[in-house]
Amino acid sequence: MSAEAPRRAPKKRVALVLAEFNTTGDVLHAAEKVRDAGYQKWDVHTPFPIHGMDRAMGLSDSKLGWIVSVMALLGISAAISMYYFMNGLDYPIIIGGKPGFSPPAAFPVYFELTVLFSAFGTVFGMFHLNRLPRHHHPVFESDRFAAATDDKYFISIEAEDGKFDVEKTKGFLESLHPSHVEVVEEVVS
Amino acid sequence: MGFHEPITEIGEEALVHPGTSIKVVTESVAKVTETPAPKGWWMLFAIAVSLLGVFGGTVGYLMWRGVGIWGNNNPVYWGWDITNFVWWVGIGHAGTLISAVLFLFRQKWRTAINRFAEAMTIFAVICALIFPGIHVGRPWLAYYMFPLPNQMAIWPNFKSPLLWDLFAVGTYFTVSLLFWFVRLIPDFATLRDRSKTTVRRMVYGALALGWRGSNRHWQNYERAYLLLAALSTPLVLSVHSVVSFDFATSVEPGWHTTIFPPYFVAGAVFSGFAMVMTLLLVTRQVFGLEHIVTMKHLDLMNKIMLVTGTLVGYAYGMEFFTAWYSGSPYERYVFMNRAFGPYAWAYWAMISCNVISPQFFWVKSFRYNIPLMFVISIVINIGMWFERFVIIVTSLHRDFIPGSWGYFHATIWDICTYLGTFGVFFTLFLLFIRWFPMIAIAEVKATLKEADPHAAHGGDDHAAHAHAHGAAE
Repeated sequence: MSAEAPRRAPKKRVALVLAEFNTTGDVLHAAEKVRDAGYQKWDVHTPFPIHGMDRAMGLSDSKLGWIVSVMALLGISAAISMYYFMNGLDYPIIIGGKPGFSPPAAFPVYFELTVLFSAFGTVFGMFHLNRLPRHHHPVFESDRFAAATDDKYFISIEAEDGKFDVEKTKGFLESLHPSHVEVVEEVVS
Repeated sequence: MGFHEPITEIGEEALVHPGTSIKVVTESVAKVTETPAPKGWWMLFAIAVSLLGVFGGTVGYLMWRGVGIWGNNNPVYWGWDITNFVWWVGIGHAGTLISAVLFLFRQKWRTAINRFAEAMTIFAVICALIFPGIHVGRPWLAYYMFPLPNQMAIWPNFKSPLLWDLFAVGTYFTVSLLFWFVRLIPDFATLRDRSKTTVRRMVYGALALGWRGSNRHWQNYERAYLLLAALSTPLVLSVHSVVSFDFATSVEPGWHTTIFPPYFVAGAVFSGFAMVMTLLLVTRQVFGLEHIVTMKHLDLMNKIMLVTGTLVGYAYGMEFFTAWYSGSPYERYVFMNRAFGPYAWAYWAMISCNVISPQFFWVKSFRYNIPLMFVISIVINIGMWFERFVIIVTSLHRDFIPGSWGYFHATIWDICTYLGTFGVFFTLFLLFIRWFPMIAIAEVKATLKEADPHAAHGGDDHAAHAHAHGAAE
């Protein structure tokens, strides 16, 4: 992309340092060292989740369950209140001599709406926690990064991290036995 | 936790052929979408699109003339339309079973077939949903199915199983679609990163939502996966249970029975696996994916068909026993009439297809015999269609008053509508295998030996590591 001649030279700044690894074992041990070095704004990019990586990165547990719990309660409340409003309050119709609103009678509806709301909570809660969709990210500026969805593993340390220093961070990542290290720049408009 | 513990030493066979590396998995799955379609695909697609045309024409004529063009009569108010609805919903169940229930049971072999089966679920449920929609007869009143007030401001009755059914099937479709899409995201990212043309990059890029394989994302993603599986498991059991309530809550001999929910669910899984098998055998042949979908996978699927087929056989027997034991002359009559009355041909077709044919799978060499399992999978699907037909039509055609007895004859329009839904199904399915990653790339990779971060240490050290990790979690 940078090969196209721009009208004026774009202003660039260092966004992150990216280290590439060939095996899951290498990237896992490297991640443990990055964690121990005290970096905060860094990430591991892998084609599939690696077992034990959450601990190696020192991540706390996902908060998704809380979002889903709230949505589940919302779902069952929505179902009961819908039934109550439609059949109990707004237009009760007597069928088979039963009361308009008879809580156990519509249990399948409560169950289905609980599941439906929870599923929306799960998917959109996950998108929210992951800040997706996000189509632009500095890591995509690297030409080698396409392999992160194929068979290579990457660690990125962002320039916004308090401990970040281009040379020192690059040297640190080089000490972790990567197969390649590069400094990735992003265009500042 | 999660699906991502690689297969190690617990005596399981490798789930892909030896020598299949992470790179090979990416290549062989992505290649299908990147190279021109094989001739076989075009032939199947031409047939599917023709059937889609049949569907369009038939439904168009149905809208013009009304449901009178079908064979439904008095007393057989529900004929092929509801038979097809129940059959298609049942087909869908295997997808959810593979993607959710087998996940919760840590059955890693499902990774090779789950994408495929889940796609089948979605398309089968689309076909199923067509039938209640067109069965209404007055399409402008289709909104009666939804919780909306009618022209007299009356709301639907929440005590009616038909309303439950709408919620069940609607939720099932929505949740299956969400689950399917979530699991496609990393694989769309793989296709995006391999794309050579701008169009592919834009389309797969948009679908991938900017996925960058971040482990901070994978953490929430795996949790979402687990939660969706945990939600889908009771959901899939509820769907066919609720479908069976449509029958079981009516006071109709032959329908009014408590065995229906589990019996329908077992039948649904049975027919769904048979359909997955039929499609899988063709696809792995046409696209050359034998090293990812191995004989071991097919063997395990055959075992599930044997189990569920036998469960269904048990339910058939138990229905007879319950009818006899009830002492109700109507119940007893319905079952004797099923087996020996005018629809005996359908009943015995059902028994031979569903109960007898899967028994071949007790023998290991039959479970590894591709032509045989292909034939049996088709036979099972025919049998499961007959099961729904037998339940619906034989119970209705001779009800309480002999003066209103009748017989159901399918018309050409019944047949065309049914065939037409195959057009809908296969058109969608063929487009899916052509343009979407039809095998869950990321999930298959995660089960490879290479994916295990401790594999490099080798031998005993590895076992100790794994143990330490397991204990800590």
